[in-house]
Order: sequence, then structure tokens, then C-alpha cells
Amino acid sequence: MNLTRSHGGIIILITLALAMILTIIPLPDSLVRLRPDWVGLTLIFWCLALPYRVSVGSGFVVGLLLDVLSGTLLGQHALALSLTAYVCVRLHARIRAYPAWQQMLTVLVLLVLHQLVVLWVDRTIGRPGHSLAYWLPSLIGMFLWPLVYRWLDSVRRAFSVQ
Amino acid sequence: MGVVLLSIALMTIDHRQHHLDSMRGALSVVVYPLQLLVDLPGNTVDWFRESLATRRQLQEENFSLRKQQLVLNTQLQKLETLEAENRHLRALLDSSFQVGERPMLIAALLSVDMDPYRHQIEINKGSLDNLFDGQPLLDSRGVMGQLIHVGPFTSTAMLITDPAHAIPVQINRNGLRTIALGTGKFDQLELPNIPNNADIQVGDLLVSSGLGGRFPPGYPVAEVVEIEQDPGRAFSQVLAQPRAQLDRSREVLLVWPEQIEHPSMQDASEPPVEEAP
Repeated sequence: MNLTRSHGGIIILITLALAMILTIIPLPDSLVRLRPDWVGLTLIFWCLALPYRVSVGSGFVVGLLLDVLSGTLLGQHALALSLTAYVCVRLHARIRAYPAWQQMLTVLVLLVLHQLVVLWVDRTIGRPGHSLAYWLPSLIGMFLWPLVYRWLDSVRRAFSVQ
Repeated sequence: MGVVLLSIALMTIDHRQHHLDSMRGALSVVVYPLQLLVDLPGNTVDWFRESLATRRQLQEENFSLRKQQLVLNTQLQKLETLEAENRHLRALLDSSFQVGERPMLIAALLSVDMDPYRHQIEINKGSLDNLFDGQPLLDSRGVMGQLIHVGPFTSTAMLITDPAHAIPVQINRNGLRTIALGTGKFDQLELPNIPNNADIQVGDLLVSSGLGGRFPPGYPVAEVVEIEQDPGRAFSQVLAQPRAQLDRSREVLLVWPEQIEHPSMQDASEPPVEEAP
């Protein structure tokens, strides 16, 4: 029992690490600002699938690492992702029962929440504002959600992460 | 909701003071393997290109490098004479100003992307190589930026074009002092508060003035490319283009201030010097 539990934990860690790699992998200049929020998507999936194992605490730790990776203020993504995880865990039963399109919309709201908190903090410390294109990654993330969901779910089943 | 309070506290401390540098350093070690992994493909391609280069290519490169070195050496001779003359004149004037040799270190960029709305880069040297917070970063053409977070193996640098960055500069031609602000575009710096009647021309070279004590004086920063004078406004709008290839350089130079000697350049037994710039 103990063995399988830790085994599952490694799979969760690996998927989150993969998401971080996708977040820092160099892209052409024209695509950099369209990069979807891979870490957010992965975190949302695990919060929905295993809310008793992945929740606010994991969101916080993952967010801190993301802060270091992206050079933002320490705690910026941590705050945003823990809030995302909180909402996600709070509503997981409901979101799981939603039809696909409604789930996508919920994911969009969660991704926008992440970006919004990051933007708020940026504005609070006096960084300049962005154009509307700032929100495109959330939109792209929404359309990627069914794919991410299917892939992560097959991973979860294959390694029977409980 | 303790987490929320904790993150807000963290952000406040990180923004106001520098107590969290050790924490950020520790976290940067955790993510270092990920960064290395992402950096790997580019590195491997470079390595293959080098090891598969033909003899002729190498000869050609060697030849052009030799030629370049000859030219540079010739210019250096002139510089030495000028420096000696300058020192002599300064001595006559009893001036304490000196342009001296500085210890330098070459670091390579990690090819990882960071926040797209911040102009930051990650380099592969850290506090183990005695880098420090606020250390200036150059490339072969000019000033690139300064270090803002130093971890054990990697460091984060803010480029001079980041909207939150400002560097004190002066016009090389007449010594007019001003400040160059980042605009968020890789090819643009803005010089605010230049009066309409100031002596500034398109093509003027801006060098670091050394005021503020962060950047060494006399390094090229940018070139004035556009001056818009509107009589209705108090100041003219001046734009400059950075000299350094901010979005292209793969190797960067790190400079130490003169008074702090770089230990690895002397005997290795000496303990590392950790001082604020």
C-alpha cells in the first residue's frame, strides 16, 4: 500500500516537472507570449482527480518553483496557484460531473484566475500593464484542456495513481 | 488560508528587502536539473557542429580570427599609448579618476525562457563563482544588464531593456548626464527629461556614467536613434538603441569592481570575498 502510494507520488511529480519543462523550453519570439499555462493545467487536473492528495499545499510549492523558474517575485505564482488549487478542490465534485464544454469554461476561469493574481501583483509593485493579448494563454489553455485531460487521465490509469 | 498570508508575506519581503535570497538560491538548485535538461538539446547541437566541422572550415575560421586579432591588437597598442598619456595628464591635474583593468569572467546563457513580459536571462554561473547581486553584465559590444538573483549554480540577470530597469549614462561626445530607461522592447531605451535645448544628436553614443556605483564608467550602452522635439512639451522624446545584442548574445562577460579582487585570479587559498558593490 505504502509502496503504491509513493509510486503514485512520483508520477504526479514527473508530470508537474514535465509541465515546468514545457514552461521554460525556448520558443520562437512570436510564440513566446502564447505559451499556455502548462503547470496550471496539470495542477488543475491533479486537483480534480485526487483532491485529497494534491491541493493548496502542492499548489503553493509548485508556484514557488515556478516563481524561481520565471524570475517573478517569490510568492507570486505561489499565491495564484494555491488559490486556483483551492477553488478546484472546493468544487472538484461539481466540475467532474460537468459536460466537456462546461468543464472547459471552468478551466478557463481557473486559468484566468491564475493570470489575474499574477497581473495584480505585477501592477501592485509598479510594473507596466499589458495589452489584451496577455489573456491569450488562458484561452489556448482552455482549448488544450480536453487533450491534457485525456493524456493525464491515461497516465493516471496506466500507473494506477490513487 | 494560511497559505495566502504566507505568500503575501513572502512577496512583501522579497520586494522590499533581500532576506529571501538564500531561499531563492535553495529553490534555484531544485529547478537547476530542469533548466539543464532544457538547455541540453541546444548544447548538443553546438557540440556536434563543432566536432563535425571540416578542416577547411576550421582553417577559414582560424584565419579570420587571426586577422581580427591583428586588427584588435593594433587598436590596443593605440589604446595603451592613449591610456599612458591620459594617466600622465590626469596626474598633472591631480585627478583621481582612473580607467583600470577589471577582472572578468565569461558565462554562457542557459537557453530557457522566462516570464515573457520581463526581460530576464538565466546564466550558468552563480555564487560558487563569486558572482554577487547587482553585478554588471556585458557582451562584446556594450552593457547588457545586471544580476538580480544569484543562486549557487545559476543566476538571473535583468536586461537594460526591462521596463523596471534604469541605467545612468552620459553622452560620450559632451558628457551630458542622463538616465536610460528600459521600454520592454529589445531594441529601445528611453531617455526621459531631456530639455528641448539640450545638445543631443542622432548617432550620439551613450556610455555608462558610473554614477550610482553599480555599473563601471565608460562602457558603451546605447546609440541615440530618434529625437522628437515638440515645442509644446517641456522635454524632448529621445529613443536609443542598445549597443549590446540583447536578444542574440550567447556568451556574456561579468565584471568585478576594481576594489574587490576576483579570488580565482589570485591564489585559490584565499577565502571568497562577499561584499556589496
